[in-house]
Amino acid sequence: MDIKNNLQNLCNKQTLAVLCTHNKGGPYGSLVAFANTDNLREIVFATLRTTRKYANIDADKHVALLIDNRSNKTADFRQATAATAIGYVREITKKKNSRYLRLYLKKHPHLKEFIEAPTCALLCIVVDKYYIVNRFQQVVELHLNKHK
Amino acid sequence: MIFKLEQINDRMKMLVGSKASALAEISRNSLTVPKSICIGVDAYEHFVKATGLQGRILMEFHRKDLSQMRWEEMWDASLRIQHMFQTTELPTTLQIELTQAIERDFGSRAVVIRSSAPGEDSQHTSFAGLHESYVNIIGVEAILEHIKLVWASLWSDAALLYRRELNLQVKSSKMAVLVQELISGQVSGVLFSQSPMDNSQTVIESVYGLNQALVDGSIEPDRWILSRKDGLIISCKPAAKTKLMVPNSQGIKLSKLPSKKSKSYCLHQDQIKELFCHGQKLEDIFQGPQDIEWTYKKRELYTLQSRPITITADKDDSRSWYMSLRRSFENLQELRKDIQNTLIPQMIRDAEMMSAIELSCLSDKDLHKEIERRKQIYRKWQDIYWEKFIPFAHGVRLFGQFYNKTVQPANPYEFVDLLANTPMQSTKRNEIMEELAQNLREDLTLAQNLKYHPERLEENFKRQLQEFFDCYGNHAWGLVDTTENQGAIANLLLEMAATGPRKRMSKNKSVTSLEDKYFSVFSADQQGYAREILDLARVSYQLRDDDNIYLGKIENAVVTAMQESLRLAQNQGADQKKCINYEDMLASLKKLKKAPRKGFLISKADTDYVLKTRQLLGQPASGGIATGTARVISEPRDVFKVKSGEILVCDSIDPNMTFTIPLVAGIVERRGGMLIHGAIIAREYGIPCVTGVLEVTTVIQTGVSVIVDGYLGIVTIDNSQQK
Repeated sequence: MDIKNNLQNLCNKQTLAVLCTHNKGGPYGSLVAFANTDNLREIVFATLRTTRKYANIDADKHVALLIDNRSNKTADFRQATAATAIGYVREITKKKNSRYLRLYLKKHPHLKEFIEAPTCALLCIVVDKYYIVNRFQQVVELHLNKHK
Repeated sequence: MIFKLEQINDRMKMLVGSKASALAEISRNSLTVPKSICIGVDAYEHFVKATGLQGRILMEFHRKDLSQMRWEEMWDASLRIQHMFQTTELPTTLQIELTQAIERDFGSRAVVIRSSAPGEDSQHTSFAGLHESYVNIIGVEAILEHIKLVWASLWSDAALLYRRELNLQVKSSKMAVLVQELISGQVSGVLFSQSPMDNSQTVIESVYGLNQALVDGSIEPDRWILSRKDGLIISCKPAAKTKLMVPNSQGIKLSKLPSKKSKSYCLHQDQIKELFCHGQKLEDIFQGPQDIEWTYKKRELYTLQSRPITITADKDDSRSWYMSLRRSFENLQELRKDIQNTLIPQMIRDAEMMSAIELSCLSDKDLHKEIERRKQIYRKWQDIYWEKFIPFAHGVRLFGQFYNKTVQPANPYEFVDLLANTPMQSTKRNEIMEELAQNLREDLTLAQNLKYHPERLEENFKRQLQEFFDCYGNHAWGLVDTTENQGAIANLLLEMAATGPRKRMSKNKSVTSLEDKYFSVFSADQQGYAREILDLARVSYQLRDDDNIYLGKIENAVVTAMQESLRLAQNQGADQKKCINYEDMLASLKKLKKAPRKGFLISKADTDYVLKTRQLLGQPASGGIATGTARVISEPRDVFKVKSGEILVCDSIDPNMTFTIPLVAGIVERRGGMLIHGAIIAREYGIPCVTGVLEVTTVIQTGVSVIVDGYLGIVTIDNSQQK
């Protein structure tokens, strides 16, 4: 399926994405380094436990993550794709050689020290669906949980 | 940025373009060329970047890949881009620089403004007619306007068609412009130093006056075939010459050729020899066969342009057919005479002749013969439809370009409003339907009787209804069976009656004020042409709709005969399943291909995931916003299922089905374009419409809730109701 393949390509090529969290009506956005599983169902990222986003997630696990390939040029309106993943976050135990840790460090080997720090949490978004936008206004929804 | 020919050297081809580079080379070889200056590609780049046009052109192409666009959509995109260039002011510094150069070199003399795109003419590719040239332009202001128009023609519909060969890219493609003094020659023409048809021959074509009429095909030229070996004449073919192209006060016009000249060849023997030698010289200069435009002013031979002869496009390439639709005003006038005076009356006669035959009186054998005869007649009219009627519809487009160039309106489609209220067969039919529906609204008993007791219908209404069926109730509406047809129309009338009247937006007042605005921009000597081209556009606008209705009547005659054959077969006890499916037969007759039912946007479920389309992008074709339940037209009889307030979703709207439009709240079409039937009728009724939405009839299902944004060309599907 083209759309799913294109989404996989997009996620594989991008290193950073915008994480959207909220707490008691207070919205917040932050840039995070992410890695995704091949089936697109899980997205892993890391953050310090002292951050606002961690506190927000602690209060409400529901998040959105915007992944896009914009180049900050006018051509983006025609060429860029943006995918918003919607799901909830669970914290992952940082076991040595765990598949999540391997997945994350394979994409971001330079973050090894950061992620191994005791103050850093490894988090996983369990994705329910993606909203995929291209050509500025063309939108499709990819529902990963068929029965929802 | 601005170069005289003598300043151009052979390393500057990418800066000044192929045409200017070739002309400079010809001049260096001491052959006579018109005095010229070249405005380099850097001026174009400065213009599109400083004014933000580059970004706007990029945005024009964001909706759809060019590879997915129909020719009409490319024409629309090109019109909008042309309009952007026309309505964007030159940056002050550029304007000053160009003004100084034009005043210095040409003053108030007439000039020709030609495109000179880099890579336009190479030994491998040569694309005549993709970009624009303007002849006999006088005065700085007019010249500056036409330089912008030549720049805009980098994005002409033809250039978009040949984009791959041209490597057309918004960010990298550029256009240089040649401004030449106008050489008002007595005889002009084209010279192929080597015939594209036979490499042992040279071809000379010649007309009196300017050669624009030859290039656009308005005047047939005298033609000489020479031996390439020694220049001896192999054959000469005189043309029936009655006209010549001459400069007008601004621009050019066809004028009557004096009868003395019409009987003589345009060229003398010594001129033919001179041209042959000229072709040889240019071949030597450019190291290959040349396609040369030339003119004789008194005795002096001027080379206007020279480009390599290359193999022309593949004849099977459909693009050459689209290119053939770009007709000149004169050509369309001829076509109009043929269509109005001969073809339409003949088509009506054919339909009447067939409907007069009492099919039930024919024997099986004669009925079979009659079906075959009707099929042949239908095919004949289909061929004429493609060959004559579709090209004539280009009259509306020609007028659109002319209107935008002369009036420079804020809205590039304003010209369509000027054509509104043109009486058409389909609108007449819709008005009769509205009258019938109004009778039902006013008389509830009548409506009840139509619904439940047709035998009790009042005589007057019954007669009106029968007259309507006789005149319009044909099978082109998609129903095979007459009873089914009449029943469906009755239901539709009842639905219209329940809804209340919806009238076409009255444009009488705005048409009058637009007409005043239009005629006010022309000087007294230009008024005649302005009137003629508007008149041509109105006829073109009317006939593009009417010819479909007439063709529908011919189609009806075929189906009626097929239906009679089916009835006979059933009466004789044939298995219904084995009987011919007439809809399939008609489809094969029309050579219809069913649209693919599967595509990348289609909502799809598999074991892992569900894909749902949320928002689709098309072209805004009629402003407004509408929300409603989708009614997808998958087969012709679906048209009759339309309920008031629904969103009509279809492949394309044909004049034979526009009667349903007043009922709907919004329209979404797969077929793209601003001048297609659906878009025009939507604007007439003020109904939001989005066209050119890929795969829309497969992505949207009847019954789902849809929002049509006719301002931005967006269709949103409410997935919460999608099963």
